[in-house]
Amino acid sequence: MASSNPARPRAKPRPWRAMAAQVALLPMALTVLGVYVATVLWSVRISFSSSKIFPKNDFVGFSQYERLFATDRWTVSVHNIVILGVLFIAACLALGFVLAVFLDQRVNGEAVMRTVFLYPYAMSFVATGLVWQWMLNPELGIQSTVRSLGFSNFDFAWIVSQDKVIYTLVIAAVWQASGLVMAVLLAGLRGIDESLWQAARIDGVSRWRYYMSIVLPQLGPAFGTAFVLLAVGVVKFYDVVVAMTQGGPGDASEVPAKFIMDNLFTRANVGLASAASTVLLLTVLALLVPWWYVRSVQAKREKR
Amino acid sequence: MSTTTTTPAAGTMAKPAAAGTGRIHPARRKHLTPGRLGVYALLITSAAFFLLPLYVMVATSLKPMEEIRLGNLFSLPLHATVEPWIQAWSSACTGLECRGIQVGFWNSVKIVVPSTVISIFFGALNGYALSFWRVKWAGWFFGILMFGAFVPYQVMMYPLVRSLAAVDLFGTLAGIVLIHTVFGMPVMTLLFRNYYAGVPGELFKAARIDGGGFWRIFFQLMLPMSLPIIVVAVIMQLTNIWNDFILGLVFAGRENLPMTVQLNNVINTTTGERLYNVNMAATILTSMVPLVIYLVSGRWFVRGIAAGAVKG
Repeated sequence: MASSNPARPRAKPRPWRAMAAQVALLPMALTVLGVYVATVLWSVRISFSSSKIFPKNDFVGFSQYERLFATDRWTVSVHNIVILGVLFIAACLALGFVLAVFLDQRVNGEAVMRTVFLYPYAMSFVATGLVWQWMLNPELGIQSTVRSLGFSNFDFAWIVSQDKVIYTLVIAAVWQASGLVMAVLLAGLRGIDESLWQAARIDGVSRWRYYMSIVLPQLGPAFGTAFVLLAVGVVKFYDVVVAMTQGGPGDASEVPAKFIMDNLFTRANVGLASAASTVLLLTVLALLVPWWYVRSVQAKREKR
Repeated sequence: MSTTTTTPAAGTMAKPAAAGTGRIHPARRKHLTPGRLGVYALLITSAAFFLLPLYVMVATSLKPMEEIRLGNLFSLPLHATVEPWIQAWSSACTGLECRGIQVGFWNSVKIVVPSTVISIFFGALNGYALSFWRVKWAGWFFGILMFGAFVPYQVMMYPLVRSLAAVDLFGTLAGIVLIHTVFGMPVMTLLFRNYYAGVPGELFKAARIDGGGFWRIFFQLMLPMSLPIIVVAVIMQLTNIWNDFILGLVFAGRENLPMTVQLNNVINTTTGERLYNVNMAATILTSMVPLVIYLVSGRWFVRGIAAGAVKG
């Protein structure tokens, strides 16, 4: 019975029903309704009110949204998260891919290096931010160390520079997360048939061409997985900013997540914060829905 | 974990150690071609980049402040001292209190242990009920739950604060445990659902024919069978909840602030001279738990990443 479709045994209807199962799933149902549905709707509702410290029940249309996009701090935040997100994901994918391919060359000490590349991922974003804050400290960190070696013009005070602080966040985040991409892609690489390379070699294909034109396309799903994991991390880019720069200097490294938290808890602008979080939610949806759609189409195709 | 570990570690990696991998491969790798050298050069450079912050953390934490003020980040400590570690653990100041990072450590333990146990229990229960029992409405709820895994915390934050405050759970240990259970539910449920999907249906049917009911099959058959995935789940939840910052900051309350929040307070809100050595010692202490879990669990840790990735 199950052997007719061994990949998805779950798809076979199982005729057991029981009250107990419904009772057991009650906490899940309550969580879904009470937390994931109700709070999101509530937030959206607040975003259409004039709430300051306490929620009000009035309706002011889109005025919070108008105010939001007229707020410099928010525009800067959005601008920053776009730069951060693009650079962070691109750098992680590139570095992770290179590391995975190089580790796949049957090197000695592979296990040790894998451990080294991935350990930052076990560390919190807070600790990551604090370590890099210290290393990038202009007076005592890398800058002063290199200067004391005789390169007195060496300039690496990025963390206190309005224009460059954003790149320091990228460095810290890439350090933390690129090992994750390496791990996911390496698993993908190990799944590729070795005989492909033998065949390609006989045809005179270079190792480099082999990776770029044969391996890379096959890693599609692994890249997708890595991309989603990284993208989820971008939305949560709060801890590292708070720990490393507190949004500064000025508001040069503000991000939307921090904008929302500040307006909720220290600036008493609940309506504005809710408008901002609704925008955040819509952005996530706009990114998710196409991805889900592609996946469900693929899943259907595979079934055929 | 002395400061000397970093450099020799990089050295041993360069040395082509005994080929103990046992992998069969055509005679190709006998001598070091320029290409091979390039591969090793890049890998070792990358390893150095990844290890540098760890080295700096450890080195800084063992230096007295006079040495730090010389401004040489990468130098080894001349007069290594464990004083900063003691200070970080038991007397560093967070705001007005000066009882060290240990307060946060114990708070984190109090938060992480129940949260991990409870969230895994519900993940397993949901996964089991979804995989083996037909509950008509369950599919829809599961779909929304998966979507919930992607909703940014900020969107739900304010209503949750208000709701928890209304039932007197805001700022309590029970409140933060509840929050971690709720936010851990999507991934935990998915993890166990996927695991049970691989369990042969015949096994379940046999148990049913033997007269097993819902709970009995769960506790006596499925749960003991789930040991491998429970290990993965424990690793994931211990690491995630230990490393959490934002939820602890908002929901835990002043009495229960977890270690990550306290660490940030020690470093970013102290007035007066910044004690970089104490700060780095505190950072290492806070990272110690997840790092040890990572080093001990090895491949299981990677399995957790892969499992968490198949959302949707």
